[in-house]
Amino acid sequence: MIRVVVVGAAGYIGGELLRLLIGHPEVETVAAVSSRFPGRRVDGVHPNLRSATDLLFCSADDVEECDTAFLALPHRTAMAQIDRWIARAKQVIDLTGDFRLGDPEVYRRYYGSEHVATHLIDAFVPGIPELHRESLRSADLISVPGCVAMAGVLALYPLAVRGLVEPTAQFDARTGSSGSGATAGAANLHSVRSGAMRVFAPTGHRHEAEISRHLGIAAAMTATGVEAVRGVQTICHATLRPDVDTSAVRRAFREQYRNEPFVRLVAHQRGNFRYPEPKILVGSNFCDVGYAVDEEAGRLVTIAALDNLMKGGAGNAVQCLNIRMGWPETLGLSFPGLHPI
Amino acid sequence: MTTVHICPKCEDQVQISQPARLNEIVECAGCHCELEIVALNPPVLALAPEVEEDWGE
Repeated sequence: MIRVVVVGAAGYIGGELLRLLIGHPEVETVAAVSSRFPGRRVDGVHPNLRSATDLLFCSADDVEECDTAFLALPHRTAMAQIDRWIARAKQVIDLTGDFRLGDPEVYRRYYGSEHVATHLIDAFVPGIPELHRESLRSADLISVPGCVAMAGVLALYPLAVRGLVEPTAQFDARTGSSGSGATAGAANLHSVRSGAMRVFAPTGHRHEAEISRHLGIAAAMTATGVEAVRGVQTICHATLRPDVDTSAVRRAFREQYRNEPFVRLVAHQRGNFRYPEPKILVGSNFCDVGYAVDEEAGRLVTIAALDNLMKGGAGNAVQCLNIRMGWPETLGLSFPGLHPI
Repeated sequence: MTTVHICPKCEDQVQISQPARLNEIVECAGCHCELEIVALNPPVLALAPEVEEDWGE
């Protein structure tokens, strides 16, 4: 058993981490750090954990040494605290945006502030098992990507890495309200969100930079908030290189994801769920990917769907932990989702 | 006994239980399309006719 700490445990991602880690057979969750609720019961904030734990939230100063620290903090907070957590934990798995971008100048452009721990940027391994599995086996610093970025990367990576598409692509992302976090605000009032399809980032979404980094192409993203609590669906529009046909696209996806435990190819001809649909992935760690090709126009459309709090956050972080520890990759992550829901 | 064939839609492998019957419908596990066995000896698969869905086109 290893001893783990969740920092920022009162948020949605923190709550999902606790849910997964408390049920994980190789993990003892020893502390749930919250600056807002120290001393309060965890299941008061995360009622789905009633009877699963008697943990109380604690302050960061109360945490002693542990094996692994998960940082589910607000953006910019993790890099300010990173030295503290590196000193206390053998592995740090960061779920903020602070170490996702490899270039501090790109960070400043997308996050609007200077990076304050530039000396550590290169030390973090991107937490994308499908791209960096071998590096993750020995990584002590892991940066888990953003939810929309994860979907966007998995949607196009098989084509981009094989040079089957032109080096620019557009990503149309839809996301549920939990992606905005657990902090109340006027933009998240039910009266504002309900029924809305709000284009909140027509250009310049932060995850755009992550997608460009991992795919090696110029990605442009538009993000829309939709009527859902959980879920991300990213639709990618790209142009196929000359002579690339449907068969080559299909082969690229199959070869790339054949042995991936959490990526499923969904491009079906029948049924109500022919293409990736986040609704049926709620609570699961799967990312479903699909594609369609207009051969005459040379146009490729790929689709990826996931639960933003799972494969887009906490679930993916636990998958990275499993890889780092040499455990079965699916340990503690076997929930298949619900239908109907 | 089963024999393995190639789906004409997605090129995934499709298993057919033998003995197969002419006009029998099988489903491809890769793309979930319905396939009709249009010939025997050797078996030949073709896309089965399907009703289109319309969600607001």
